[in-house]
Amino acid sequence: MEKDVVLKMRGICMTFPGVKALDKAGLTLKKGEIRALMGENGAGKSTLIKCLTGVNHFEEGEIFLDGFEGPVRNKDTMDAQSKGIATVYQEVNLCPNLSVAENIFIGRAPLTKLRTIDRRAMNRQAKKLMEELELDLDVTRNLENYSLAMQQMIAIARAIDMDCKVLILDEPTSSLDDREVEKLFKVMRDLKKKGVAIIFVTHFLEQVYEVCDGITVLRNGKLVGEYDIADLPRVKLVAAMMGKDFDDLAKIKPESEELKVDAPVVIDAEGLSHAGKIKPFDLEIKEGEVVGLTGLLGSGRSELARTIYGADRNQTGSLKVKGKEVHIKEPIDAMKLGMGLLPDDRKAEGIIGDLSVRENIVLAMQAKEGVLKKIPMSKQIETADKFIDMLQIKTASRETLIKQLSGGNQQKVILARWLATNPDFLILDEPTRGIDIGTKTEIQKLVIKLASEGKSIVFISSEIDEMLRTCNRMAVLRDGAKVGEISGDEMTQEGVMNAIAGGDGNG
Amino acid sequence: MKKLKINNNNVLLIITIALFLVMYLGGCFIYADKGFTKMQTFLDILINNAGIICVTCGMTCVMLTGGIDISVGSVIALDCMIMAVGIEKFGLSSPVLMVIIILVGIVMGFIMGFCISYLEIQPFIVTMAGMFFARGMTAVLSTQQISITEDFFVKLSNLKIEIPFGIGSYVNTKGIVQTPYVRITVIVALIAVAVTFFVLGYTRFGRSIYAVGGNQQSATLMGLDVKKTKLKTYMLSTVFTSIGGICYCLNTMSGTTSQATGLEMSAISSAVIGGTLLTGGVGNVIGSLFGVLINGTISSLVKFNGKLISSWSNIVTAILLCFFIVLQAVFAKVKESKKK
Repeated sequence: MEKDVVLKMRGICMTFPGVKALDKAGLTLKKGEIRALMGENGAGKSTLIKCLTGVNHFEEGEIFLDGFEGPVRNKDTMDAQSKGIATVYQEVNLCPNLSVAENIFIGRAPLTKLRTIDRRAMNRQAKKLMEELELDLDVTRNLENYSLAMQQMIAIARAIDMDCKVLILDEPTSSLDDREVEKLFKVMRDLKKKGVAIIFVTHFLEQVYEVCDGITVLRNGKLVGEYDIADLPRVKLVAAMMGKDFDDLAKIKPESEELKVDAPVVIDAEGLSHAGKIKPFDLEIKEGEVVGLTGLLGSGRSELARTIYGADRNQTGSLKVKGKEVHIKEPIDAMKLGMGLLPDDRKAEGIIGDLSVRENIVLAMQAKEGVLKKIPMSKQIETADKFIDMLQIKTASRETLIKQLSGGNQQKVILARWLATNPDFLILDEPTRGIDIGTKTEIQKLVIKLASEGKSIVFISSEIDEMLRTCNRMAVLRDGAKVGEISGDEMTQEGVMNAIAGGDGNG
Repeated sequence: MKKLKINNNNVLLIITIALFLVMYLGGCFIYADKGFTKMQTFLDILINNAGIICVTCGMTCVMLTGGIDISVGSVIALDCMIMAVGIEKFGLSSPVLMVIIILVGIVMGFIMGFCISYLEIQPFIVTMAGMFFARGMTAVLSTQQISITEDFFVKLSNLKIEIPFGIGSYVNTKGIVQTPYVRITVIVALIAVAVTFFVLGYTRFGRSIYAVGGNQQSATLMGLDVKKTKLKTYMLSTVFTSIGGICYCLNTMSGTTSQATGLEMSAISSAVIGGTLLTGGVGNVIGSLFGVLINGTISSLVKFNGKLISSWSNIVTAILLCFFIVLQAVFAKVKESKKK
């Protein structure tokens, strides 16, 4: 093997039922290098990582590992760990019911002479490790007492302590705030100095350029290329990931804003509130309008949208839909009024993993019709095919189980589910979170297209520029209260920031 | 300085122990004239429940992994029948039969554990099959009630182990000194609890059980052999059940097909009352021991009352179960809201 190369994967092929997930993918990693593994959703990043860690078993290809003769194949995670490959996953994979120290040492805890666990030694070593990472916590307490970010750091501590040569960080920053990300980067740089090679999977371009030395790009399961960070500026990276020139996102917004002035009002909320969560607010949404809800995380964006939809109980105030006073008791009432809600937590509230794409799409449609009136199969197939085509859902077939789809495509299926009910009013809560730029643009375009067809949309997103591109008007929230609305000329990055911060009397 | 930290897990344990003390002391207060205050009353609870304590040790381990084992009652009936038929029809000696019983336990535990962990079949279904099988085999061995008359076994059963140093001794109305005693089964049961406590708390295997119950996927990704851990847990459970079966047999001295029906539910309810979550990952064997003692105290109180029918103990157990399940749910909710 070449000098300084710790890991070389090449020609990796892997098929899931009906989908070729990896087609001659590969990756080369040098000693003391931080390498970003980039690609759109469904490009095969996670699959490639899982081939390396022994979770997936690939059909073709070779993995060479420094210090091992010939190609290696890991049977399972334990096997990979013993060869010095440690992984920290996006969702913290630790046990909440065990102590911090145990989570770090489980399976390899120090033993006393009697072959029992030496708790004192274990806690001492854990404490030392925490001090090295400058984390201030009590290692004897249960993991569940600590924040997600802290748990992530503990997972990293576990990986570090296993003397790994290759450390894989699979989207570790998605639940961390800026300060925590900084801390993580410091740890990564320290490890790099010690000669650990790091594979860093992330969606955040800024972070790649801040901390990485090299980039490996995958697309549709194929290796696009391996670059030094200096040779691949941002625009080229995005182009490499998407396989096409970067679509100018700013241009997708239509010019026809003034059209909506005398359009009929679809949703008219007056003094609507939700006990304990949302203070009374007024909101008017016209036909064909996209209204954004903005505010800091936890300001009540999702809750406000859910209040309109009637997803939670205990609400007061009046709500008029198309001029008629309505009382929504549960989501089915809202659906019958032509509303749809795409929840932000798609895993918990959205997909049903063991049903097929078709079944997931027709689900809400069927619920609206009632259980007794079964939608004929031919119509189900027609609907499913229509939306698979319209939203460009990447799936082997309409009967593939949804859990086999990548995150972005699952998101599209849920969107299709609501579109299938042909709603007049649609609430999209973070429809683009965790999905790649290409799909994001598609969804934004779709939102605008739907609005131009006369649907009213509430759009929630953490990314301000995405909202600026899609919304006609934005409602600003702070601490559970609607503090203002911005539209027209105020709709700039700065204007929104000011309104959220409440600096200049907008609120 | 080491502080005893009170977290949600040991709050449940403390509540369980407190509840036991309240019930027991309440009994002492109400039925003092009938002799509830005597040490022997407490020891009798242990003697009567020695078998269940052993079974509950195993059940706790299984439930910690997030599983369940409903075959235990039938397995005990089978164990008793093997003992009875073995001695009375085949003339085997009881120590040999004890070994056979434990071997039967290991084999059943292996088969059920294999189906559950490696073939990933629902524990409820697998152990239900085990339940029918064991109960069926009991009837195949004999449909009659067979009493055990072997000398050694009878001696073992009647062996009184007196509490040393005269603790709890008193002189009865006839002027004879009465020393409180336990049976050999109680010693066995307490050893089982101690072994379980040690295994769960201080061995890699024991901690793996907690990890598997806490989050199976995480445990796999952290490099633990989840399947092997589960298999071993079910085997451990059935070994404890077999030992419990021998204890049970020493109490009843006979084998019948209808023996120990519903015992699995007593074991499960004891573990739940002791703070073990059905979802796995949380609980400990000391809690389960007190769970059994609470159930035992209830029966004992009903017996001392003399007027109530024994079914009242079921009703009280039901109320307690509800209480503890609601309590656990409340704790889980509080924990969740704290996180947000």
